[in-house]
Amino acid sequence: MGAAGSPRPESGIELWAWMFMRVSGVVLLFLALGHLLIMHLINNVDHIDFQFVAQRYATPFWRTYDLVMLWLALIHGTNGVRMVLVDYISPRGWRAASLASLYVVSFILLTLGSLAILTFQPPLMGP
Amino acid sequence: MQVTLKIQRYNPEKDKAPWWGEYKIEAEPTDRLLDALNYVKWHLDGTLTYRRSCAHGICGSDAMQINGANRLACKVLLRNLGQVITVEPLRGYKVIKDLLVDMDAFLARYRSMKPFLITHSPQPEKERLQSPEDRERFDDTTKCILCGCCTSGCPSFWANGEYVGPAAIVNAHRFLFDSRDEGTVERIELLNTVDGVWRCRTIFNCVEACPREINVTRAIGEVKKAILMQKV
Repeated sequence: MGAAGSPRPESGIELWAWMFMRVSGVVLLFLALGHLLIMHLINNVDHIDFQFVAQRYATPFWRTYDLVMLWLALIHGTNGVRMVLVDYISPRGWRAASLASLYVVSFILLTLGSLAILTFQPPLMGP
Repeated sequence: MQVTLKIQRYNPEKDKAPWWGEYKIEAEPTDRLLDALNYVKWHLDGTLTYRRSCAHGICGSDAMQINGANRLACKVLLRNLGQVITVEPLRGYKVIKDLLVDMDAFLARYRSMKPFLITHSPQPEKERLQSPEDRERFDDTTKCILCGCCTSGCPSFWANGEYVGPAAIVNAHRFLFDSRDEGTVERIELLNTVDGVWRCRTIFNCVEACPREINVTRAIGEVKKAILMQKV
């Protein structure tokens, strides 16, 4: 029977990854549409500057909004790429290497993004 | 009517690469493609190789790519295929000769799903009874004839042959949702893996390909849901 006869229990990781994709997909739909509406339709991109961001980030609401969107979108995307890699790269070494580099890049992006959102200090509004 | 059959030929003992054999034949519009293949084999070129058995859409032997779509040669009429008909072996399986493909791995994956009734409770005195409603629950997946059209049409399977494939899942579904079966835990264990149901990307090619009109993607979805909810 070969490979077909040797099950590899995944302790449910694939199940939760599948579930996460669906839930985050639905949540992201609203978050991304809201983002699009505010940043591109209501406010012209030309008007978005440091002042605009500083004002938005003066309250925790938009920071939380952006942080949730960053985490969900990045993990959603990373998992999507993971699925493509697992689908198409079968040699063990190449698969491990490509997955490792994917995780490293995602981790760096997630860290940088989170730092930017969390540590940004809006200066006091001057005249 | 006159039709031209373009058949992909390949004999690994003689040919370096597959080639196209062209056969012009006279046929009735109501003839099946299988009749045309038989005509070629019996009158034009006896070396043409393909599987066929019951010739009535039940045994699942003569699945092949007909004008690019996975179909049973005994279930399509020439009048629906046009003047020039291309015939190729099923995709994703090793070609043994011409239209004949190696189904061993496919059938091994089918067998790995334990496609038989598993019970642990003591045997009743008479039959294990089932209500018509409980029988209806898995009626769709009882229709599978293991022709291999769905698995052969699945891009996830093309990308990675380790995937058990839609046909195996359909046959697991047939027992998972059978009220008399008690093998749920062992089958779920096989399906809840990266090469089990989770490699299905809901592409629906299997539904398009199935000559028995089984809603394959729905069946796979039901298995995913059963795993998620921890119940069938």
